[in-house]
Amino acid sequence: MEAVKQIEREMMRLDLPDFLPGDTVKVHVKIKEGEKERIQVFQGVVISKRKGLSNASFTVRKVSYGVGVERTFLLHSPVIDRVEIVTRGKVRRSKIYYLRNLRGKAARLKERR
Amino acid sequence: MSKGMLGKKLGMTGFFAPDGRYVPVTIIQTGPCVVTQVKTEATDGYNALQLGFEEKKPSRVNKPRKGHMAKSGEACFAHLKEVPVAEPGEYSVGQTLTTELFQIGDRVTVTGRTKGRGFSGVIKRHGFHGGRKTHGSKCYRIPGSIGCSAWPAKVIKGKKLPGQYGNERKTVRNLEVVDIRAKDNILLVKGPVPGSKSGLVMLKKAEAAAAAGRG
Repeated sequence: MEAVKQIEREMMRLDLPDFLPGDTVKVHVKIKEGEKERIQVFQGVVISKRKGLSNASFTVRKVSYGVGVERTFLLHSPVIDRVEIVTRGKVRRSKIYYLRNLRGKAARLKERR
Repeated sequence: MSKGMLGKKLGMTGFFAPDGRYVPVTIIQTGPCVVTQVKTEATDGYNALQLGFEEKKPSRVNKPRKGHMAKSGEACFAHLKEVPVAEPGEYSVGQTLTTELFQIGDRVTVTGRTKGRGFSGVIKRHGFHGGRKTHGSKCYRIPGSIGCSAWPAKVIKGKKLPGQYGNERKTVRNLEVVDIRAKDNILLVKGPVPGSKSGLVMLKKAEAAAAAGRG
């Protein structure tokens, strides 16, 4: 069991900033197209974070042309180039799934200070 | 080249492949195995290596086994198993085999003893769907009809019924070696392998296994 944890710990990356559910982040994702590699930015609100060693993940939600889009990333994945924090949101729970049912003005979050 | 080694399943996790995919892997402690006996065509009628794996206190081993293992050194082993080998002359008793046998990208065949589930019903053992749970039904997990009537007046052989499930030898073929940690004698193999954590598994190089099957 300890060997499994050790291998998982080795795969973890510690360069990402510490963000929380409610924060708005820009996730820079590496995308491979044939030979070329480019970076795409996915900006949205972190609505959940799943704990774990190498298999920790987080979900980012954005509304794109009126359609809600959610994307789940593995926190330690090499696909993520970097994560930028845009704003820090003030929320009272760790999974803010209620955002899915809100739209427009109601879906705003207060900023944390 | 020896065609296989003994190992111990340590558990499962995920592994980030170089291309960014997250691959499910089983962590197997592979060796070090010590050659305890070399069997040759001349003496035994076939070519094989007997490997010892996992050291055990000498006080816990009986005298005949201790005497046998004394030929390969001072260590006593919990497991002794044979693996086929093409050229037995290349090996000597007491030699240690490590993960060097395998390379990243190799295909391996893993054999182990599956988890014992005891006397199990048809839903767990054969994946039957079971009966409906509502509308007055009383048959939730039973197999239902097991055959015809006056003719043939017997249950057809091989009918899937409840019985012992698990605790049997199972082989999974062609698993990819994703990563090797030679320092810790650890192999990361893609996908699940039979057995519980800390269960004994036998790893063989897949092309070797395929050739043996054809021959």
